[in-house]
Amino acid sequence: MKKVEVITSILNANDLVAQENQGLLRNHHILGVNLMASPGAGKTSLILQTAKALAGRLRIGVIEGDLASCIDADRVASADIPVIQINTGGECHLDALTVQKAIKALPLPELDILFIENVGNLICPVEFQLGEKIRVVIASVPEGDDKPYKYPGIFTAVDVVILNKMDLTPYVDFSLDAMRQGVRTLNQRAKMFELSCRSGEGIAAWTEWLESQVHAEKK
Amino acid sequence: MHELSATEQLLNLTLEHARQARAVRVLKINLVLGDLSSFVAESIRFCFDILSKGTNAENAFLSISRKPARVRCEKCKDEFTPREMNWACPRCNGFIEEVVSGREFYVESIEVE
Repeated sequence: MKKVEVITSILNANDLVAQENQGLLRNHHILGVNLMASPGAGKTSLILQTAKALAGRLRIGVIEGDLASCIDADRVASADIPVIQINTGGECHLDALTVQKAIKALPLPELDILFIENVGNLICPVEFQLGEKIRVVIASVPEGDDKPYKYPGIFTAVDVVILNKMDLTPYVDFSLDAMRQGVRTLNQRAKMFELSCRSGEGIAAWTEWLESQVHAEKK
Repeated sequence: MHELSATEQLLNLTLEHARQARAVRVLKINLVLGDLSSFVAESIRFCFDILSKGTNAENAFLSISRKPARVRCEKCKDEFTPREMNWACPRCNGFIEEVVSGREFYVESIEVE
C-alpha cells in the first residue's frame, strides 16, 4: 500500500475554466456579475431595471441560466439586450464551461457589464466559480428575514446582497431590522441595497455603485 | 442534485493521481468536506459506487472527514464555530469578518497499490 498526496479541490477543473473566463472578460474590460437567488426573487427583473437605468451610459450583455425554457432570454431580448440562454437540463447551477461557450457567443467588444443569471437556487451555485468579478445574492421580502441564517453558505460568500420587493413590506411579516442584522452578522463586507424592481425605488443607488465598479474595471 | 458531476471529477482526479503513481488499484480516498459546503456525503458515496465500476478505483473506500465551519470575529479576532441562528461572536457579540474554514471539498490523499 502506498499513500499518494493529492490536496486538490474536486472543483479544480471548473475553477481553471473560470479563470480563463475571467481573463476573457478582463481583456474586454467587462465587469462580470454572477446573480444568484431563489426562483422568483427577481433576478431577471433586476437585470431589466438595471439596463433601463443605465441605458445610453453602459452596455449590458446577459447569460440566462435555467433548467428549461427561453422565457427569461425572451424577456431580456425584447428589451434589445444581447442575451444567450443556457438550459442546464437537470443541473441546479451554472458551471464555468457552459458559461464560457455563452461568453464566446456574445459580442464582447460591445459590452461593459455581463450579467450571468444563475439557476434559481440558494445552495449550489455558490460552489461554482464562473469567472465573475462580483457575486450578488438577491433576497426578496416575501421570502422572509431569516434567509441569511438558513443559507449561510451563500450569504457569507457574496459581495453584494440585494433585498428586492421592498414595496411589499407593509403586507408581509418581515422585519427589515432582522434581515439587516442577519446580513451584517454573517457578512460584514457585503454591500447591501434595498430596492423594488416593481416601483423602481432604490434602483439608482445600486446602479450608481455598479457604474463605479465598471469604471474601476476599465482603469 | 449536483453530486453526480462532482463525483465524476473526484473519480477523474483520483484515477489521474493513481496513474501517475503507477498504481493498479485505489484502496482508499481521503476526502475533506466542509460543513458549509453544499455537497452531501451520502450522495457522493452513492454516485461513486456507480461511477467507479470497472475502473481502478472500484470498491475503493471513501473516507470523508468533515470540517466544521469556523469564522473570525471582526472585533476581537476570535475564531469560533457558529450555531444555527446565532452567528454573532460568543465572546463579544461582534460580526463575522471572514469564513476561515468550512467550504472545503478536496481530495487530501489516496491510498493505492
